[in-house]
Amino acid sequence: MQNKKTWKVTFRAFLYLLPMLIIIGVFNIYPIFKSFAMAFYENYNMFSGENDGYTLENFNILFSDEEFHEALTNTFVYVLFVTPISIIISLFIAIMLNNIKFLRPVFQSIYFLPFVTSTVAISIVWRWLYHSNYGLINYFLGLFGIESINWLTSPDWAMPAAIIMSIWKSLGFNILLFLVGLGTISKTYYNAAKIDGASTWQRFRNITVPLLSPTIFLVSIISFINNFKVFDEIYALFNGQPGPSNSTITVVYYLYKKFYTEFDYSVAAASGIVLFVIILIFTLAQLWLNKRFVHYR
Amino acid sequence: MEVQFNDVSMTYDGSSRTVLNDMSFTIEDHSLVSILGPSGCGKSTTLMLISGLLFPSGGKITFNDRDVTRLDAVSRKVGMVFQNYALYPHLSVIDNIAFPLKMAKVSKKERMETAREFADLVQISDHLNKKPNQLSGGQQQRVAIARALAKKPSILLMDEPLSNLDAKLRTVMREEIRRIQQQTGVTTVFVTHDQAEALSISDKVMVLDQGVIQQSSTPMDLYENPQNLFVAKFLGSPSINTFSLDQIADALPERLVAQLKKKDVETIGIRPESLTQTEPGAGLFTGEVTHIEIVGKERTVKVKTADGTEVIIADIPVVFDVGDQVSFGSKPASLFYFDSEGIRMVISDAE
Repeated sequence: MQNKKTWKVTFRAFLYLLPMLIIIGVFNIYPIFKSFAMAFYENYNMFSGENDGYTLENFNILFSDEEFHEALTNTFVYVLFVTPISIIISLFIAIMLNNIKFLRPVFQSIYFLPFVTSTVAISIVWRWLYHSNYGLINYFLGLFGIESINWLTSPDWAMPAAIIMSIWKSLGFNILLFLVGLGTISKTYYNAAKIDGASTWQRFRNITVPLLSPTIFLVSIISFINNFKVFDEIYALFNGQPGPSNSTITVVYYLYKKFYTEFDYSVAAASGIVLFVIILIFTLAQLWLNKRFVHYR
Repeated sequence: MEVQFNDVSMTYDGSSRTVLNDMSFTIEDHSLVSILGPSGCGKSTTLMLISGLLFPSGGKITFNDRDVTRLDAVSRKVGMVFQNYALYPHLSVIDNIAFPLKMAKVSKKERMETAREFADLVQISDHLNKKPNQLSGGQQQRVAIARALAKKPSILLMDEPLSNLDAKLRTVMREEIRRIQQQTGVTTVFVTHDQAEALSISDKVMVLDQGVIQQSSTPMDLYENPQNLFVAKFLGSPSINTFSLDQIADALPERLVAQLKKKDVETIGIRPESLTQTEPGAGLFTGEVTHIEIVGKERTVKVKTADGTEVIIADIPVVFDVGDQVSFGSKPASLFYFDSEGIRMVISDAE
């Protein structure tokens, strides 16, 4: 192999990278810049590409749109419920799995299944589970004397229904990451902590959490970003609707609706940029927290 | 605190090998006891059983006559220094030392005071705010000892604490351990495979092989009165020379040989340092000098006898060269006699 970094070698390397670069350029890089530009176009014509220059009017329309406010609120509610609950539950399950030897691969696969199943298929199953008359969930609630809930048809219950399904769906991937993280914590720390008189909870608080913090951080960043982009869970669970009477509309759903049903391309692009800024702020905040609280070995 | 094992046996789950076999011993209060043995002899297992990190498959363990056999490590409240120290990597030195106190819910002010006090004791006070990975091996070791002592345990366990240190530091740290043990008076159990470590710092040494206590005595006594061939061979460096009775019977008084034969003695052991040079042909054996090693004040000579046995002789004036035929003998009192089972036989009237 030629190791010197001459111009010739560099050029040849670029040639090998070129096919992938072209694909990424056409389908990722260019659209990013184009959508930024689109958000600022005045009277944009998608098909001819004509516009009357740049304006901030699109954002004005966006922020005065009642529906967009609702989409923002719903997205925040969704993210702030799904992310922490999913992390806590999957951490709990991962620790349980980490402590059993028997059948561990079997359980691991079972928990991972939702992650590799298509969202549409999952949503069809959950639509049955949530069914107000024949659903399994209402049947179980009935056993405890709780009246059946109109999960999918009541505006009050649609969001909780989406949140519960999403938490369940996200467990597998988080558990997988947590198991990898737990595997890197040496057992001697637990032995030392036992000798030092730490109870099970104290060992969790003082050993597991700090030594797992890099993984917890990674999982929370991935979950926050993914959950802010929620669309297909809503679309599939409510059969192509943003929930009963628009009750579960999210920012991406709003973007989709503006783009494909209202052909308001510039406002759609503007809403995308707002979401981008929100995710950016959250990620920066987490990076800052990471610096302060996460311990890297 | 006095620790007592009554017929303790240990077999790991899913393994048919018995690690410890009906082991009984007592560790006296305020003493420093070493458990010495080759790797795989069950010495670390013994320590884990005292700590409560492992439970015996049979037998009874008591602390000061209190049965603790079924108590786990959290409630036994012993102090332990691990082989790799197991310092918490995310905590500073002072927090590491204070950790057991934090677990015991001691107030912050009080536990910082105690932690400082123990940091002083192990002389690590200059590094209180460093993380473990910023410390050298010897410093980590000091922190580990301070952490083990901080909760004022009634017994301190050390699992090969010096094995990760370099030779010079090892000597320093073993004296440190002795000093700290005497200063605090804590009952200490020290596991090692290194005889020099065990013999130099312990009040009592327990020699273990294949899960059975071979002998338990003071360092001096172990060396001078080994109860069996294993202990005789394991202690002493260079290790003891052994001959079969037939090999040197001709050089021994007839009466003694008769006595030895009657007692079924098969092996005779002679320490390298109790051999002295004799007139040619006299002494116990004659052989060709194959190797002379002089390192500082230590002299080691290897001699090969006519039947091919290699004998090591130490601490003698070297007045010969490699290739010379030299004879060596020893006072009859410095010979050790072992029967076919390897048990030491004491011949009362040797002369």
